[in-house]
Amino acid sequence: MTLHIDIPEETFSSILAKAFRNTAFVTGFVITLLILAMAVVSYIWTPYDVTKLVIADKTQGPSPAHWFGTDHFGRDILSMIMVGARNSIAVALVAVGIGMSVGVPLGAFAAARGGLVDEALMRVNDLVFAFPALLSAIMITAIFGPGAVNAIIAIGIFNIPVFARVARAGALAIWPREFILAARAAGKSSTQISIEHVLPNIATLLLVQGTIQFALGILAEAGLSYLGLGAQPPMPSWGRMLFDAQTRMVVAPWMAIFPGMAIVITVLGLNLLGDGIADILDPKSRRQR
Amino acid sequence: MTAYLLKRLAISVVTLALASMVVFAVLEILPGDPARLMLGMNASADQVELLRNQMGLNAPLVWRYLHWAGGLLNLDLGRSYTYSVPVIDLVRERLAVSLPLALIALALSTIIAIPIGLFSASRRGRAGDTIAMGAAQLGVAVPNFWFALMLIYVFAVWLRLVPAGGFSGWGAGVWQALKSLLLPAVALALPQAAILARVTRSALIEVLNEDYIRTARAKGLPYRTVLWRHALRNAMIPVLTILGLQFAFLLAGTIIIENVFYLPGLGRLVFQAITQRDLIVVESVVMLLVAAVIAVNLIVDLSYAVVDPRLRSRQ
Repeated sequence: MTLHIDIPEETFSSILAKAFRNTAFVTGFVITLLILAMAVVSYIWTPYDVTKLVIADKTQGPSPAHWFGTDHFGRDILSMIMVGARNSIAVALVAVGIGMSVGVPLGAFAAARGGLVDEALMRVNDLVFAFPALLSAIMITAIFGPGAVNAIIAIGIFNIPVFARVARAGALAIWPREFILAARAAGKSSTQISIEHVLPNIATLLLVQGTIQFALGILAEAGLSYLGLGAQPPMPSWGRMLFDAQTRMVVAPWMAIFPGMAIVITVLGLNLLGDGIADILDPKSRRQR
Repeated sequence: MTAYLLKRLAISVVTLALASMVVFAVLEILPGDPARLMLGMNASADQVELLRNQMGLNAPLVWRYLHWAGGLLNLDLGRSYTYSVPVIDLVRERLAVSLPLALIALALSTIIAIPIGLFSASRRGRAGDTIAMGAAQLGVAVPNFWFALMLIYVFAVWLRLVPAGGFSGWGAGVWQALKSLLLPAVALALPQAAILARVTRSALIEVLNEDYIRTARAKGLPYRTVLWRHALRNAMIPVLTILGLQFAFLLAGTIIIENVFYLPGLGRLVFQAITQRDLIVVESVVMLLVAAVIAVNLIVDLSYAVVDPRLRSRQ
């Protein structure tokens, strides 16, 4: 006996083919890959040493020797952007990891249990959402001291309710489905069902939210380091570079232009990637186009 | 409907009460003794102890919380450690900068975003839509403080049309004051407008697929009327939700933007208070911002009923 499936089967290669026809996905994927590559390469090679101060070369405009110019200490802006990418990516990525690893189980649990547990968890969520995220991040970094690790914690905490909400909403839509009933009839516990049947079905949602939060994390990290609460000098960070650039806007505008463009391009790439994934894997969002 | 409103109101009050406990608890564990901070490092232990008693810092935790929370309700926010003035005066003075700033930004964002959303949704898939949504995609990716720096460079340094920062105060002339709030408001509004335009577009597209839109078109109503009168109104719920959320972003955004433009607003006040360990100011301003966010969310919930008559009749 063969099982009849009346939806077109999506094989890995058909999804891949669809992905390559999706402009948003391809653009986002290429940009993200380039930024990641830039961060990795910076471990082995940068055009100049970012820890070396060459006062003789200070605030030089873009030139063949320094493509993006130099800062007030004579450091090469391009090299600093490359090294700064590490910091931005690491902070945002770990913050997404924290949000997912705590938020998703909470959301899935709330959906599986329902009732009072669900209500209580959602009220806690409301509570966290009532605090403007940036304000709380500033408070957290002020309590524990500035630095990359505390920036990760501050941004990570605010990813938790986001993922809890997405996981709960996604799981609630899966629970009434027939295959869940079948799993129940087979005697599986609600934890087992959540892990084996619900999670794989909301993975797309989580992936899309993950890229959005990744992009937001990059922006938040830049904001915190701009205020002096993120990674500390001499470790270059994009936000800190913008802070240094602010008072020198008149004499050295390139000090502000290039690090800012690095942030814009990175965030744009991640957002396009997220939009692309949502488009490819979620038929509902495709119908809207 | 009344039951729904009461439930929403009750949830808001509980959230606010819980938030006040969180704020109080967090600031309790902040390192740094306010009394020591006020007296300086040369003060003797006895002097510090005396001041701690005077400031009520040695009272039991619960009593201090109740005292503080009761004060908040009476708008008695205590005295700032660093400025030595009542916090409420400080807040009132700073609010005169931040509130107009946030409102101008919100207005700008709405004025820019709604027409773009309408334009894009009605030209779905065509070149105009692609260009508008590409611009929105770019707008979402721009950090507002970097955009602010670029605005300063172009309009203040280069064209010299507006001041690069600072605030002359409302007393020195409304026009002058508005001029110094213009760039910050634009910087705050742009990323929000980009998000709002995207939400408006997708909400409209969903509505435009509905049967009643086809009916309205079929009975011969002009497309404009259908779009503005029938589609936009029905697409308002997601748009209002985002507008409410954006208010929280705008309030938080003022912290960075006010620092970029050296504006003496609430955001700059709270940032400086945190770095100076002026706890009483931090507590008050954070509570004020949280209360504002909760209130706006409640207003958004209520406005659903105004926009959608079906919600009004539902029990």
